[in-house]
Amino acid sequence: MADAKVIPFDDDRSRGAPGRSGPGRTAPDRPARGRAAGGGRRTGGDDGRTGQEERGGTRKPLTAVSGAGSRAGSGSGPGTRREDRGDRGDWDRRIAEGLAFLRRRVTGEYEVDEFGYDADLTDHVLMSMLRPVYEKYFRVEVLGIENIPSEGGALVVANHSGTLPLDALMLQVAVHDHHPAGRALRLLAADLVFMLPVVNELARKAGHTLACAEDAQRLLERGEVVGVMPEGFKGLGKPFSERYKLQRFGRGGFVSTALRAGVPIVPCSIVGAEEIYPMVGDFRTLARLLGIPYFPVTPTFPWLGPLGMVPLPTKWTVQFGEPVPMDDYPPEAVDDPMLMFNLTDQVRETIQHTLYRLLVRRRSVFF
Amino acid sequence: MGKVVLVTGVARRLGGRFVRRILREPDVDRVVGVDAVPPGHHLGGAEFVRADIRQPSVAGVLAEHGVDTVVHLDVSGVQLLPGTRASVKETNVIGTMQLLGACQKAPSVRRVVVKSSTNVYGSSSRDPAVFTETTPAKALPGGGFTKDIVEVEEYVRGFARRRPDVAVTMLRFANILGPGADTPLAEYFRLPVLPTVLGYDPRLQFVHEDDVVEVLRLAAGEPRRGTLNAGTFNIAGDGVLLLSQAARRLGRPTLPLLLPAIRWTGTALRTVGVTDFSAEQIRLLTHGRVVETTQMREVLGFEPRYTTAGAFADFARAGGPGLLPPERLAHAVDRIEEVVRHG
Repeated sequence: MADAKVIPFDDDRSRGAPGRSGPGRTAPDRPARGRAAGGGRRTGGDDGRTGQEERGGTRKPLTAVSGAGSRAGSGSGPGTRREDRGDRGDWDRRIAEGLAFLRRRVTGEYEVDEFGYDADLTDHVLMSMLRPVYEKYFRVEVLGIENIPSEGGALVVANHSGTLPLDALMLQVAVHDHHPAGRALRLLAADLVFMLPVVNELARKAGHTLACAEDAQRLLERGEVVGVMPEGFKGLGKPFSERYKLQRFGRGGFVSTALRAGVPIVPCSIVGAEEIYPMVGDFRTLARLLGIPYFPVTPTFPWLGPLGMVPLPTKWTVQFGEPVPMDDYPPEAVDDPMLMFNLTDQVRETIQHTLYRLLVRRRSVFF
Repeated sequence: MGKVVLVTGVARRLGGRFVRRILREPDVDRVVGVDAVPPGHHLGGAEFVRADIRQPSVAGVLAEHGVDTVVHLDVSGVQLLPGTRASVKETNVIGTMQLLGACQKAPSVRRVVVKSSTNVYGSSSRDPAVFTETTPAKALPGGGFTKDIVEVEEYVRGFARRRPDVAVTMLRFANILGPGADTPLAEYFRLPVLPTVLGYDPRLQFVHEDDVVEVLRLAAGEPRRGTLNAGTFNIAGDGVLLLSQAARRLGRPTLPLLLPAIRWTGTALRTVGVTDFSAEQIRLLTHGRVVETTQMREVLGFEPRYTTAGAFADFARAGGPGLLPPERLAHAVDRIEEVVRHG
């Protein structure tokens, strides 16, 4: 419907400029950035900050970007030397940390919040397990992370795609690893997640909760950053032919929740997740039998069995957009359906346009 | 003239403790304890009347003693004496009906406090993470204690409508724990190995017995300044424990079983009389349950002394060490550290 309507955004031009002015010229600095991110990983704290500077750099003209890339590249030299010197101490520290973690786990002396979020486990285990996929496999590039406020609640609204919700997990790693204030993203997940054994347990421990207004409201009022993908299964399980076409945003419940809590909405566009499992068909009957929303057929699944479940190694970009403030509306604005629709559309359009812009900028699906 | 308090279910530990506590209140004149069986513990000078609340005779007790405060504690998932599930249900539902019917006819009654449970919210994967007093239950089981408690609350609300001059308080308690707790969940935590549902780690909330007695006293008395003690309140300690975490703190190994296997284990344990492993307990151990306690703090004006973790620690201390005491495990980790560093 409204997909074709293009609303120009002022900031679009400046941000999109490097991409549009010369896609060929951006090419050389990409691998450099990837290298820098890979090299910087050893020193956990630094990584976020270097990444931050580089990302800030992409907003500026091209020279700044390549400058940042080369700086990070040359910077890897001193980095390794420092590594050699502090090798022994670093190992000791790691062992001590690991054993302290083990001690907390075996004695149960850690805290979980009322949603079951186990920050200790998430930081030390779950994120470490996802990080290789994030950094090495999908090589996620994060833009505009500073649009998530450093304190107070915010609602991150993102597109959803990829047959399996890997995009949500990558989004969580992106916020966890790159946000300067080290914020944790609390995702809202479908009820199916909480019906599945093991999955529900891990989801709760990773800080996810059921996508319902009560939980979202409670988290936002506590000042958490909440992530939601309003397309839900419609977006996740859409056929490959409809990639990057945003589906309907539910009934826009996320806008009223954000408005009630008075927190800004941060639109977020994820490029790359659409192609990890190109869904060319759907066994409807089988899906209904299994009680799942769709049963995907991809060029490899279910033909190759478990091997077919390996996602394609696409290159991802996650762009956080300018926050849409919600605190200048009166509380009774929640009861104004027109306003809710307009705000929902505004957020949806922002994400859609950013998607198109990132797609134009993208050189290839895999690099 | 002081108050006359009638307490039901005094043959249970909690009833006995509450009677002894409320006797010390300065404005309480007399306490009448009612139960179908004589209590095994002393009631500290309270008058005991052996009456079955399922019978209309309880109306006579109310009139005879001129009772003005009724504290109904005889709502429970397990029976004191060996009996069938049907008689438990009868005491819960018919007993409450009879008692409230008697209260309605007794003009002297000014205040009714009913012990309820957070079981009314049920426990399912489609529920919000935290229940408030107004959250409707999504999926309730067709039977068992949960259904009883839903019906009991229905009757209490009906009574509150018919007698608007009576202050009616319903306290929805989370799982009650304490050194001598005899609730099904406490019995579960006393098993040497805890059977759990494979792939689920429920969030649990506890309230300490001492806090239960204290909040009942608060609800049975006159409200303090700036607080209101009529209405429905969730009562639970702060914070949340996961079942796995609780088991580790208790030092008892867990045995994850598939859902059908755990049902079978439950039946087996019930048959040999170790613990009451009912369907709703399995649901609780699958999906867990957490309630919000803002109303308790801000309206009722009650601050529990024990957090969830505190109540559980107190329970764990009284229970003796399990097979895997956390201190020993921590010590083992220290040993590993020593070996790694110097070995």
